[in-house]
Amino acid sequence: MSSEIPPTAQTPTTPGAAGEPPSASPGDSGNGTLTPQVSFRDAPPLAGPVFEVGSLSVFYGAHEAVRDVNMTIGDRQITAMIGPSGCGKSTMIRCFNRMNDLIPTARVTGKIRYHDQDLYGRDVDPIEVRRRIGMVFQKPNPFPKSIYDNIAYGPRVGGFKGNLDDLVEETLTHAALWEEVKDKLKTSALALSGGQQQRLCIARTIAVEPEVILMDEPCSALDPIATAKIEDLMEHLAQEFTIVVVTHNMQQAARVSHRTAFFGSDVDDKGERHGRLVEYDETARIFSNPSDPRTEDYISGRFG
Amino acid sequence: MGSRVLGEGVATGVPEGRRLERRRTPWRERLFQLSLGASLAVGVVFLGSLLTYVVVEAWPRLDFRILTDFPDIIDPTQAGAQSAITGTIWVIAFTALYCLPVGFLTAIHLEEYADRHRWYNRAIEINIQNLAAVPSIVYGILGLGIISRGLGFGQTVLTASLTLSLLVLPTVIIAAREAIRAVPQSIREASLALGATQWQTIWRQVLPAAVPGMATGAILALSRAIGEAAPLLLLGGLTFITFNPTGLDSAYTVLPIQIFNWISQSRAEFAPLAAAAIVILLVILLAMNSLAIWLRNRYSRRW
Repeated sequence: MSSEIPPTAQTPTTPGAAGEPPSASPGDSGNGTLTPQVSFRDAPPLAGPVFEVGSLSVFYGAHEAVRDVNMTIGDRQITAMIGPSGCGKSTMIRCFNRMNDLIPTARVTGKIRYHDQDLYGRDVDPIEVRRRIGMVFQKPNPFPKSIYDNIAYGPRVGGFKGNLDDLVEETLTHAALWEEVKDKLKTSALALSGGQQQRLCIARTIAVEPEVILMDEPCSALDPIATAKIEDLMEHLAQEFTIVVVTHNMQQAARVSHRTAFFGSDVDDKGERHGRLVEYDETARIFSNPSDPRTEDYISGRFG
Repeated sequence: MGSRVLGEGVATGVPEGRRLERRRTPWRERLFQLSLGASLAVGVVFLGSLLTYVVVEAWPRLDFRILTDFPDIIDPTQAGAQSAITGTIWVIAFTALYCLPVGFLTAIHLEEYADRHRWYNRAIEINIQNLAAVPSIVYGILGLGIISRGLGFGQTVLTASLTLSLLVLPTVIIAAREAIRAVPQSIREASLALGATQWQTIWRQVLPAAVPGMATGAILALSRAIGEAAPLLLLGGLTFITFNPTGLDSAYTVLPIQIFNWISQSRAEFAPLAAAAIVILLVILLAMNSLAIWLRNRYSRRW
């Protein structure tokens, strides 16, 4: 609790962070439906799209896990992906940094354009992709090394030639973790609490200075207070980074994101599930006036 | 006992249906616990009596001369096992040198690079598991036919260590694979998501975490090799050797074979010698296994 992220209003306003911070305190979220006083973040127009997804399908073997997705991810915005389990959100987010390449049976068809380059182009190096597009996972997964070495790992493997000590301090400060860990940089990262571990994982990701941070249910293993800190951090980081976050927590999507993609799934006549992008719009609109009845059912808790 | 102190235990005067049943252990459970203890006792008693018997037998010859003297077929009181001890060290050192790098690299390949969905990788995997179960005498025949005669290496330390390498290689590979597999996938993903290459991920994350387990498995595999007599009987270990090996092309003997040799002598004076050599062999094995346990406890990680 010793270090607080500066409120968005006090920091220099960048195009992506014009919205006022949500008034609802993230920590006290219950499980009820959304109350009208939640204020949504204003979604600025989609200037300079980072990703353009066209007719994207993902297969595991013969099974089409995600079918025909089209969406655009805006620069320095937080894009949330919500939807019931098994609708392909995590599969989808793992396409953005080619983590699906690691699964031998996975196959991607369609297009993802990253700043007008084909992300899956023949001569694109997935290593380079992952340096530009970082990822934070569901369960905090710090390396079994010191806090310092966790931060320094990415720069080291990337051939960083500079003062690592400075970089580690800057990064941890940036991730609002410096005050908490500055006296124990050489101790094991596994000794930190779950929330601190997850913030360390976020810090580790920004240490390689990516442009995009993908977060796959980053708070699902954390308590509400740790979750609130991560959400604060996300808002803070969204001034410089494009963030895509998969979440099960609809309040979280409503609180932090500018735009929300609702994924659903349909079952074909063979009984197989296919994830689909049902609706993608400004978060305020998704939560207050969705255009698809399936979105409304999910948001209002009638389904899922 | 405690319940007695607190009061009545099972009280009288409690209405029917609310009374707590008396504590009791069903006879099945007693029988089960008894058989658990009995099974444990079988192992402990046998091991204990074996150790006692061997040490008692060996006692007259458990002195420094067993370490310093060479085998002597004329005078058992002058005989020692030095050439067998040094032979064992030579053979095992070179066995480790051959089988550990090959075994570790194979394990890394199978776990980190090979696509488990390909039929040939699955075939290799099954094959390795089956090789681990092949009787050691078969490896002896292989060594005799291919390494000793085919390659012309003869009855040398080189032949023995190459054959023992083949013998323990499947065990080394299987143990190393287990250790590598125990490193959580999330660590690999974290590393790769930071833009590390697969090589960097393996070298900087997977191997440091897996090395204690790999080393433990390797030591246990080598202690198996130390105790092997059967394949070496075919490979020239059973010659009367009164000198230490001087190189890979040297003739040799090893402890298990020296023990076999002494036991098959007709004169009773050789029996304590054999027992003393067994004690030495056991001490070496115990030391290696303790090292393995220490490594595992010292460096094992909880995720």
